[in-house]
Amino acid sequence: MNWFDWLPLAILMTSFMAATIIFMLPEQRHILRSTVNLGAACIKLILIVFLIQVVLKQQYPEIRLEVLPGLDLILRADSLAILFAGLSSVLWLFTTLYAIGYLENSPNRSRFFGYFSLCVASTMGISLAGNLFTFLIFYELLTLSTYPLVVHRGNAASIKAGRTYLIYTLSGGVVLLLGVASLYALGGDIAFGDIERTAALVGTWPELMTIIFILLIAGLGVKAAIFPFHGWLPTAMVAPAPVSALLHAVAVVKAGAFGIVRVVYDIYGIELSWQQGFLFPIAVLASFTILYGSWRALQQSDIKKRLAYSTVSQVSYILLGISIFGPLGTIGGLVHLLHQGLMKVTLFFCAGNFAETLGIHKIHELDGVGKRLPLTSAAFTVGALGMIGLPPVAGFISKWYLGMGALEANMEWVIFVLIGSSLLNAAYFLPVLKRIWFNPQQGQWPLEVINNNRDAIPLLLIPALVTASLSIAAGLFASSILSPLGWAELITLREYLR
Amino acid sequence: MNMILSPIPWLLVIPLAGAVLTMLVPYHWRSPASVVGIFTQLMASVVLWYQVTHYGPQFYAMADWQAPLGIALRADGLATLFILMSSLVASACAFYAHAYLSLQKRAHFWPLLWFLWASLNGIWLAADTFNLYVGLELLTFAAVGLVAFASDERSLEASIRYLYAALLGSMAYLLGVALLYGAQGTLSMDSLAETWHWGPTNQVAVTLILGGLLLKTAVFPLHTWLPPAHGGALTPVSALLSALVIKASFYILLRFWIEFQIYQFLPSLSQLLGALGAGAILWGGWMALRQTHLKMVVAYSTVAQIGYMTLMFPLLVAESSEASLLAYQGGILMLLAHAFAKAGMFLAAGNLIFCTGKPDLVSLAGMSRYRPLNIFAFGLAGVSLMGLPPSGGFNAKWLLLQSSFMSGQWWWIVVLLLGNLLSAAYVFRVFAYTYQETDALDTYKRPKLSLELIALGLSVGSILLGFISVWPLEMISLPGPVMEALP
Repeated sequence: MNWFDWLPLAILMTSFMAATIIFMLPEQRHILRSTVNLGAACIKLILIVFLIQVVLKQQYPEIRLEVLPGLDLILRADSLAILFAGLSSVLWLFTTLYAIGYLENSPNRSRFFGYFSLCVASTMGISLAGNLFTFLIFYELLTLSTYPLVVHRGNAASIKAGRTYLIYTLSGGVVLLLGVASLYALGGDIAFGDIERTAALVGTWPELMTIIFILLIAGLGVKAAIFPFHGWLPTAMVAPAPVSALLHAVAVVKAGAFGIVRVVYDIYGIELSWQQGFLFPIAVLASFTILYGSWRALQQSDIKKRLAYSTVSQVSYILLGISIFGPLGTIGGLVHLLHQGLMKVTLFFCAGNFAETLGIHKIHELDGVGKRLPLTSAAFTVGALGMIGLPPVAGFISKWYLGMGALEANMEWVIFVLIGSSLLNAAYFLPVLKRIWFNPQQGQWPLEVINNNRDAIPLLLIPALVTASLSIAAGLFASSILSPLGWAELITLREYLR
Repeated sequence: MNMILSPIPWLLVIPLAGAVLTMLVPYHWRSPASVVGIFTQLMASVVLWYQVTHYGPQFYAMADWQAPLGIALRADGLATLFILMSSLVASACAFYAHAYLSLQKRAHFWPLLWFLWASLNGIWLAADTFNLYVGLELLTFAAVGLVAFASDERSLEASIRYLYAALLGSMAYLLGVALLYGAQGTLSMDSLAETWHWGPTNQVAVTLILGGLLLKTAVFPLHTWLPPAHGGALTPVSALLSALVIKASFYILLRFWIEFQIYQFLPSLSQLLGALGAGAILWGGWMALRQTHLKMVVAYSTVAQIGYMTLMFPLLVAESSEASLLAYQGGILMLLAHAFAKAGMFLAAGNLIFCTGKPDLVSLAGMSRYRPLNIFAFGLAGVSLMGLPPSGGFNAKWLLLQSSFMSGQWWWIVVLLLGNLLSAAYVFRVFAYTYQETDALDTYKRPKLSLELIALGLSVGSILLGFISVWPLEMISLPGPVMEALP
């Protein structure tokens, strides 16, 4: 065993240990808790850098534990795993910083940060899982650890939202379990990337394998908020802003999308999925969700609700990319996994700042906020323009590759979906930007917390500015190998050359 | 092997001696004496485990009286695993009780606990059908005494109901054993298995034994005595009853079913047992969802969990040895995970009730803020009971699912998955109550830290089982009468 085989476990453990220590610390030890939390986040980032160097050399660290006869828990870092693990460890750091600022002087912080770390640990497990069984374990753990975050406020609305969240995700989990268990019953333990085994199974039981594919995608689609399984996402908006940021950018919806990537590329294989005609229905469903989400976003008057429906739409870009057969489509989908995360986390940070600093929750209250909170508003603008797909923000790159991929795969109709969605994105973001920058202030702010004309407190402002800059940098330096695009190209190269 | 070297006799002698001793010595000597007893029990269990894994199954004849006449004991992999399970869980409950009960109550608790422990060990190790009967009767009396211990009107009524149900069960069992003895002239399990023949007598006998044991295990629809007894007893007693006592009659049922290869001859009966299990899962889960008292939720959850264990019977099919092995492993793992999870859950629930001073769910508001560690313990146990990963309960369900696939009985898959959702519903319902924030300023009592840690330890055990499942599964796969009789 090489030294680097321990890296995946070490990366997983940084969050688990952080969670354990935080749970044991008394409520009032705020400074120590923040130190532990940020320290763990930094250590994890360093470990990820090591891991990237190992994976670049085409070495894939792997560690196994036999949990049932013939069935292993596998942690394995391949290039796809790095993509998701990198995203969640970067965003963990900034979301934690933000959450420390956001929850200052509020009760139950020990519980909050404990489950927060546990939630990140689950996403780490999801990204580093080496087979469907391991994936399933962390996928369910994610459900369990996000529930306390959703109901954190403890009022009637959040308890109800928590219930809706559980009904959707646990039912999805059961469907996924059925799919994973049936696949295991047919072909035993299939590690990610072992697509020859699946090909043989599809040859023997074509119908059964189609049903299993549907089960897997449906189970994962609940968390990825594909229409008609998206209902929980807008409801879960009652959670505190850092939780929404985490749920939308990294943790829950991405876990679903990432799972679909794994099933299509590393269980069935992209060629086989294409030959079997699995991709077209996904493309249709994703396109519909993209348009439907944007349409619903347009009708919302609450900022966070609008952002939530925007997520419903944006996550389906990833699925659209998966369903376009050909390297360019793949690149577009994978890169959007990162880009959407960066941009959406920025938007939620800013929405939180508006609410925390001035008490703004509704869109019509945003009039003239650009003069009052210039930096927050600038970050919000970057995120919004990125979502519309304006260069040089990262969102443009995703849409460009998706469009090119669609042309390459002779799916011209996708271009119309992209144009339609961009128009809708513009329709629900540009009026907001106009209100922020060009409308005059209307009377008093609903609840002004910070006086003397300063922007949000640094702990709330800096994470938003950093993630906004990162979304621009991802667009500007797209040609570097360590940019999201560079890494997505690397994955695609390794995927299609297999 | 002589008496000094083998741990088997010690596993019976120490608890019996403990029972007598703790009845006789003054009150304040009873706890120290029991603590010594607990440690010797743990040591004897570990020694037995070492011997069985290294030298194979152990047999022991009490005082050297050989099989047909004397008390023969045997420890195969299955029995050893159960010895370890009951030692760990009973010790945890005993320490909990020590911290939970007043000196007066504690003094009367110890003799009953030791009788309970002796009868459990006697059942795990018994090699003949009559010893099993003796163990069952002793167990009944100890358990009924413990239920009545709460000494309020409800628990007295519950214990009387429990006593009648349990006695009826034992009677049916004894009658069945008597018929078997009449037909085959032996009481020893091994000789019965060797000379087994399906005459009318044996069929009646098996029906009686089965009925009696199902009643004692509280398999749906014979479960009605269980919720008031388990839900009304004092907390450490509830944990002991749900985690261990009902497992005893289940264990006997399992041994009969496999060792006499009943599954081969009565496949329709297997399906009937499976249907009862499915009924238990759905009805128990539904009733748990409708309770207003915390401990009653946990008690009905036991009814549902017994259903999962019962599902292993239809999956033990003669045609597929692979499916049968998976079912056997899944059932035992389910039982083991339930022992830890349910004990942990009852103890955590007891702590919560101690905090609020009220037994109902509504008064749990704010608890997840005030007692996070305790809620965490409750939650971890809940994870295993819901069958969510990573936990022993999940691995067990996975094995049962695979066994259903393998034997082509898809209908049990539906039951397993529905049960998953139903149990998630009742566990999270409790959670939702604890997360509620109310304005009312209540005063809470703070339980001792040791009480919370014991609950947490047991719950963590059920989660840990998800990572080390291979180990108990290897243990029950050691050669022995059960493994030989599996298809």
